[in-house]
Amino acid sequence: MSARRGRRAVIAGVATSDYPHLPHLSEHAVHGQAADRALADAGLTFADVDGLATTGFFPMYATGVAEYLGLHPIYLDETNTGGSSFEVLVEHAAYAVEAGAVDVVLVTYGSVQLSQMGRRLGTGGGGGGFAPGPAIYDALWGNTLVGNYALAARRHMHEFGTTPEQLAAVAVSMRRHAAHNPQAQEREPITVDDVVSSRLVADPLHKLDCCVISDGGAACIVTTEERAADLPRAPVYVLGAAHATTHHLNMSAMPSLTLTPAAQSGPAAFARAGITPQDVDVAQLYDSFTITVVLTVEDLGFCAKGEGGAFVEDGGLELGGRLPTNTDGGGLSACHPGMRGMFLIVEAVRQLRGEGGATQVPNAAIAVAHGTGGMLSTGATLVLGKEAP
Amino acid sequence: MTDRSGPAGDERPPKPRPAPVPDADSAEYWAGAHDGRLVVQRCTECDTRQLYPRDRCLVCRGPLQWVEASGRGTVYSFTVIRQNYSRPFRDWIPYVVALVDLEEGPRLMTNIVGCEPDAVRIGMAVRAQFEVVSDVAGIALFSPDE
Repeated sequence: MSARRGRRAVIAGVATSDYPHLPHLSEHAVHGQAADRALADAGLTFADVDGLATTGFFPMYATGVAEYLGLHPIYLDETNTGGSSFEVLVEHAAYAVEAGAVDVVLVTYGSVQLSQMGRRLGTGGGGGGFAPGPAIYDALWGNTLVGNYALAARRHMHEFGTTPEQLAAVAVSMRRHAAHNPQAQEREPITVDDVVSSRLVADPLHKLDCCVISDGGAACIVTTEERAADLPRAPVYVLGAAHATTHHLNMSAMPSLTLTPAAQSGPAAFARAGITPQDVDVAQLYDSFTITVVLTVEDLGFCAKGEGGAFVEDGGLELGGRLPTNTDGGGLSACHPGMRGMFLIVEAVRQLRGEGGATQVPNAAIAVAHGTGGMLSTGATLVLGKEAP
Repeated sequence: MTDRSGPAGDERPPKPRPAPVPDADSAEYWAGAHDGRLVVQRCTECDTRQLYPRDRCLVCRGPLQWVEASGRGTVYSFTVIRQNYSRPFRDWIPYVVALVDLEEGPRLMTNIVGCEPDAVRIGMAVRAQFEVVSDVAGIALFSPDE
């Protein structure tokens, strides 16, 4: 970002845990496995870590992870913005290392949602009934998580003529990428017809418009350019970051169902990085549902509002397409343990290091990781680069 | 929606619709629906109408009063829920969850009843009807406004 020389924030190591099914591991052990691997990747040990950033579904979550891992950090962050949390945690960690408050921040995520819930597709278990505080207003009607995204999808279709087949194209492309990822939860190729003929969960979203439910975790190490100079990996620079929110759990409080917080976080992050959407070589975009990606490519400015359906068609999100996206297979096919944001960052870094394997984008120099949290409630954009700004 | 019997083999009695617990912000809203009136907040400074109930106007932070709404609105968006494991909702599948824009401006979430789920359309005119869910609360459902 704009730090004094030497203290520019970089990502010096990344890793994923094993996934997608970890019945033999606790949630905290998944954090541990991801952390071990990210530190090894960075050429560091736990003794080097002086900051911890992580979040989960309990208050004082980061404190608990620190205790479990035997860390006594001088910097803690557990900001929870749902699925976008890890983009926000890396943004905060970047500010903190650039300010000189901390030198090495371990950012971890771990979840065993699949083993706990026993479901393989994110089509929502229950929904509705009780909710604390103002969330009660939208909770009385039996709406589900999928139903909230379905409301946005229906409205997008109404305003812009987006079709179920265009939404399906997102799932098809993610599955094509997943075929190259040996860890991916779903690797069998699917067609647009498979998606639109799969069971409707909440009209207009079908079963195959929904992400998988997985066990898994991931981690990264945020430190300074100066520190990374002595480490084995080429650093990846945090060029810019920003986040935004439009509402919490009440879809009735979202000003427009077709305009997400990405419309604020994207332009702000790009401006801070000094780039435009045209400069982005590869994107990792939160894909809880197919509609999430269509809205995100529009709101980040990769195409005009309303043109997201056409943008994602015909392999637009695939290698060689308009914007190679979710090169690991995404949450729709590879892994979605509940808050996928950390995986987006790991895959973005791997692409910038040229470690993308069969789905490597040639000469990728600038990557975007964009998380979406809640019910399209929060958006957080990270711009990462191979070269120093 | 009115058939509250469970799926075949479920011998338990039908579970009632959940009832909100009124608080300082919402008591008048739920009480209004209990008495068959849809009320919204009106800002006494800038005349904005708003829901959900809050302690201040979202436009100018001015003070609010409760006013009765016409109960007429249009469907802004909707979905037909075909999977929900939570009771009582699973007993109603398929049912419609919708966002309705009231004539006065505010938007709320509700169920559309009184027609087949597949008949609902964005822009469709709807009208409020009320269901008492506790001694102190009612809720507004909507049906096609013929």
